[in-house]
Amino acid sequence: MSTETITIRPRQGWRSVDFAELWRYRELLLALSTRDIKVRYKQTVLGVAWAVIQPLTAMVVFTLIFGGLAKIPSDGLPYPVFVFSGLLAWNFFSAAVAASGTSLLSAGGMISKVYFPRIIVPLATIGVSMVDFAVAVIILLVLMLIYGVPFTPGIVLVPIFFVGLMLTAIGVGTWLAAVTVAYRDFRFVIPFMLQIWMYVTPVIYPLSFIPERFQWLLKLNPILGWVEGIRASFLGRAVQWDLVGISLAITVVLLVVGIRYFEHAERRFADII
Amino acid sequence: MKPSNAIEAKGVGKQYILGGAEQRYDSFGDMLRGALSSPFRKFKKLSGNTSESLFWALEDIGFDIPIGQVTGVIGRNGAGKSTLLKVLSRITTPTTGEIKVRGRVASLLEVGSGFHPELTGRENIYMNASILGMNRQEVHSKLDAIVEFAEINQFLDTPVKRYSSGMYVRLAFSVAAHVDPDVLLVDEVLAVGDVKFQQRCIGKLNEVGQDGRTVIFVSHNMGLISELCSHTMYLKNGRLNAYDDTASILGKYMSDSSAASGEIVVEAQALEKLVFTTARRGPTNYVDYDEPSFIEVYFGDEGNYSDYHVELLISDAIGREVLLSIDKDSIQSLENRRQTGNCLRCAIPNGLLRPGKYVVKVSFRALRHGYTAFLDQAEISFDVSANGFRLSTRSEGIVLPRLIWESHES
Repeated sequence: MSTETITIRPRQGWRSVDFAELWRYRELLLALSTRDIKVRYKQTVLGVAWAVIQPLTAMVVFTLIFGGLAKIPSDGLPYPVFVFSGLLAWNFFSAAVAASGTSLLSAGGMISKVYFPRIIVPLATIGVSMVDFAVAVIILLVLMLIYGVPFTPGIVLVPIFFVGLMLTAIGVGTWLAAVTVAYRDFRFVIPFMLQIWMYVTPVIYPLSFIPERFQWLLKLNPILGWVEGIRASFLGRAVQWDLVGISLAITVVLLVVGIRYFEHAERRFADII
Repeated sequence: MKPSNAIEAKGVGKQYILGGAEQRYDSFGDMLRGALSSPFRKFKKLSGNTSESLFWALEDIGFDIPIGQVTGVIGRNGAGKSTLLKVLSRITTPTTGEIKVRGRVASLLEVGSGFHPELTGRENIYMNASILGMNRQEVHSKLDAIVEFAEINQFLDTPVKRYSSGMYVRLAFSVAAHVDPDVLLVDEVLAVGDVKFQQRCIGKLNEVGQDGRTVIFVSHNMGLISELCSHTMYLKNGRLNAYDDTASILGKYMSDSSAASGEIVVEAQALEKLVFTTARRGPTNYVDYDEPSFIEVYFGDEGNYSDYHVELLISDAIGREVLLSIDKDSIQSLENRRQTGNCLRCAIPNGLLRPGKYVVKVSFRALRHGYTAFLDQAEISFDVSANGFRLSTRSEGIVLPRLIWESHES
């Protein structure tokens, strides 16, 4: 029999995540992620195809409207490739945040009946978005071939920026998850918030499109550095490390605040879900 | 923490706030409105005009449970039993106090948490086991045992949404039962499934207890509590009223709950008191299958009715009428009734009633010229416990009499 002893007592104040405990429950995290992925792809004929069709369709529409009609510049690159490289980063972020935000509500049954570190719930939702990202990367590489955009060694930097993007998603997602449990109508705020967020991120337009004197506003966007970094790495442009630095700083703050708020709110979840 | 204890609790309390629900608003809009109106609400509170109230679901609970003890928890509805289990399972945090728990804890508060309808039985076993704290290797090694206990071998790779409710419940219980925790907390999950399944669950719980694991079992079924638990905690209004060996606690509970079982005082004219009692133990609220029991009916003022009788109607847990007995049919002489004191006693044979809960409706019926002139009724309930008696697991038949089978020279 295991001799480890747990002490249960009222929780005061704000504390950070218990990493040791999280590690002990790592299999659960994996199981929940794979469950979501499996469920997504089972019983749907579209299944995997959805991960392909959705970004491609968005790309086509944006190319026609913004690239074609509005004639938004794309930094010397073919517009479809330009917009797709932004979209794949953005889609990952917005899907992860949206899924995290509502994850606790849907897991209500489990939360009120079994103990496990609750933060696993929003974390597990990121798994599905990661799979979609991987599929989108393949499409992007194909597109690059079609449009004759050369591959450069810079591509190896992509995982770094992806991790950064993921950390921001975790920071925002866990905070949203905790808030949505207490204030149910946040569920409706999330899609709206994400829509606005997309327009203040250079996905459909390059950063250079924004007049110099307003660019600093965009730099406050915590995912700016990561999105630009991913795009630059794929398409052979120079990475703007200053932007990455700013994003990193903001991301760290978001992560710390988001997770601490989650842990603080966690003790009430079972009571109010 | 003493090495011989599995659980040590001190000063544990859990408070809920009713009405205003503690700054919790269901929508952001409400919260804004709440923030704006808060100065007005504070004023209302001061002037004593408030609908918010504090409610202590648990208050100042302390106990030590030694390793390997099977402990029952009983109490009226709302006494705090489920809340206590939730706090012990870490599903909700206590407001005050401290609990130390040694070893791995698994709780069966509801069967099937974590099951996803789209996944197959096999996939759900891994999922659910993982939630309950088992790692993949453990699940691998126990997979066969789990599947066999649940009896779903041929359906293992079908999505769970296609399972019948019986299969679903069997699988869920099977996974939880095989988690092999050091401490197992069970909250009346045995109320699901058919009779045969219930008995297997009880068997399994017994096994877990014999294995030297610590079990805490919440139930309303006194028969089960006396069968499985060596010690019992009695919760009353959120406080630990008593914690002792099961026999004493059941006695205390019975004498407290005069409105439910054991002894009923009736505020009426004819019937004054009902008592359910056994020869061996006296007034109680449960009886073993092979133990004879009695219903004692105490009369108040029977009035001037010359022609009356007393009926006993026993119904089982699902409302089926099991038997009706009228005193007139049994008593030799009606005269005897009146003279021998103001108590009428009906003997209920042993070896007849199927283990479970029963309600007895006692009616005092006065007749005049053939119709009912006056009727007074009271109810009392009791449990029949299997208590180790080897009984058939078949569910046919409302009663389960021990008939005599003997071979004959033809």
